[in-house]
Amino acid sequence: MADAIVSLRNVTKTFPGGVKAVDNVSFDIAQNEFFALLGPSGCGKTTLLRMISGLETPTSGQIIIGGEDMALTPPNKRPTNMVFQSYAVFPHMTVAENVAYGLKVTGVPADETKRRVAEALEMVKLTHLAQRKPDQMSGGQRQRVALARALVKRPKVLLLDEPLSALDAKLRDEMRLELTRLQENVGITFIIVTHDQDEALSMASRIAVMDKGAVQQIATPSELYEQPTSRFIADFIGKVNLINAKVVSSSASKVVCDAKGLGRIELPHVGQAQGDIAIAVRPEKLKISEAQPKGASAIATEGKVRDVAYFGDTSHVVVRCKDDLELAVNVQNDKRAGGAGVERGQQVWIHWAPEDTLVLTE
Amino acid sequence: MAQTLKPGSGPLDYGNRTWLKILFAAIFFALYAPIFTLIAFSFNTDKRGVVWRGFTFDNYVKAWNNADLQEAMLNSLSIAFISTIIATILGSMVALVLWRFRFPMKAAYEGVMSLPIVIPEICMGVSLLLFFTNAGMMAWSVNFVWPFNLINIIIAHVAFCFPFVAIVVRSRLVGFNRQLEEASKDLGASEWQTFWNVIVPFMMPGLIAGALLAFTLSLDDFVITYFTSGPETVTFPVKVYSLVRRGVSPEINAASTALIVITVVATIIAMKLQAPDKSGKG
Repeated sequence: MADAIVSLRNVTKTFPGGVKAVDNVSFDIAQNEFFALLGPSGCGKTTLLRMISGLETPTSGQIIIGGEDMALTPPNKRPTNMVFQSYAVFPHMTVAENVAYGLKVTGVPADETKRRVAEALEMVKLTHLAQRKPDQMSGGQRQRVALARALVKRPKVLLLDEPLSALDAKLRDEMRLELTRLQENVGITFIIVTHDQDEALSMASRIAVMDKGAVQQIATPSELYEQPTSRFIADFIGKVNLINAKVVSSSASKVVCDAKGLGRIELPHVGQAQGDIAIAVRPEKLKISEAQPKGASAIATEGKVRDVAYFGDTSHVVVRCKDDLELAVNVQNDKRAGGAGVERGQQVWIHWAPEDTLVLTE
Repeated sequence: MAQTLKPGSGPLDYGNRTWLKILFAAIFFALYAPIFTLIAFSFNTDKRGVVWRGFTFDNYVKAWNNADLQEAMLNSLSIAFISTIIATILGSMVALVLWRFRFPMKAAYEGVMSLPIVIPEICMGVSLLLFFTNAGMMAWSVNFVWPFNLINIIIAHVAFCFPFVAIVVRSRLVGFNRQLEEASKDLGASEWQTFWNVIVPFMMPGLIAGALLAFTLSLDDFVITYFTSGPETVTFPVKVYSLVRRGVSPEINAASTALIVITVVATIIAMKLQAPDKSGKG
């Protein structure tokens, strides 16, 4: 990538004891991206972030930041700053002193420090609390201090380790919006680590999904959701119905397969497919009807409603079909009366368009 | 209908049971009656200090003007002051090493380090005396100018005080959020800057508490001081001991009361500073 600000080249981290936390990871992050590292806990995403910050050194590989290999550069010499999961706000300093710290230790003149601290506090709306001590502040306010403290350094890359995990639900939504807005305003590359797919999908411009120390897929949020490349990704991002199938024949643009509970179906698919595959379809793409749908193009099957869970805006329906195939269907409750329109034990038809189905060979 | 508990019969209501209250009172009486007697008799007008004859501050004035007691007190304070500084520095360095690094034989080192706490004072006194005598320091240090003639006692006091400092400081460090250290480096600070700007301020309550503890321990130590002091040097507890052998005078009561006040105040401050707080969690 030409305008890459961070380039990882074959980065591997093996911890003493032989645990491979990060296994041969290579990718580029462009200038001004809001990049998310997403994965289940223990997938190596935090280790990767810490290696970018310099708090951890890779066992092998290159970490190129701003055109320079910094794999072995200590954290205090890197153009990156981190917002820690615990915020790590210095308890014995006031908010203003916390924000000024990074400038003070690197010898920035006092008047410039004062001006930049004021700017940073303004940016995170904490000017009125400048003289407070951290123990008199809420978690959300402490996080803003941590943000201001990092941004005041004007880093090339801002690293955020699970920034929203310690906040309550309402504050989390607010902060999510604020972080995206802040990123647009300051024009700094943000790299965020999270285990929460909603967080990654709603904030990031690109997401790297990690599992077992390796990157599984790097894509935009919508690509990741609609074009996952493997069962793991399809299952990890959002909810999905994964149905096992066996390929009967495949051509350049379509696949004919025998799917569990659905019989022989024809699906559009680019690329080769053979043997055992999985077909994936998101619950919101499925439709429920009482009568058999007309029109031959849809994939359809009959089943019995096992469970209806009401969520206000949607209802999550589970339908048991042939061959013990269970399908999850999300129904929009777009009428005030009737809810999902089905009830437990009812016999229904489920159908969807073949193009809403994904063929997963991995 | 809900069952009502008799007052004092709940599982955590120990304090409301009469027999326990009496026991508490008896224990407190046994512990503190002698001390209160001492304090009370420091205000007694009776010369021999056995019978209460009337209230006076004269004993304090006399004690204050007693040249011997003055010299002993000055020695004690100097020893306590110097050995506290050395013990605090040494003790916090030990605490930092134990907190921060893993090294072979760490557990063994930790055990040996705290040996002076558990070893009987008399053994420590004798061993230090033997050591100083064999090293020639007993004879040698007598010729030093004050306060260097106190060097033996200072070394001895540092030896038994620093483990206390190490333990107090280390228990403080356990609550340290390592991300504070990482944040400091991430923001551009060197190891050295991080140590002074982040770790030391965090350790401070532990440092002060440890120092006050060392100070009180040193100030009222008798056994080890008695063994390691030369014939010329007298500290306050040693002086009191020699005076008491000739009979208890209200003057000694007064001087002792002053010592009690100093140690109690120092201990209260130390305990206040050691009280767990949330400030360090960052």
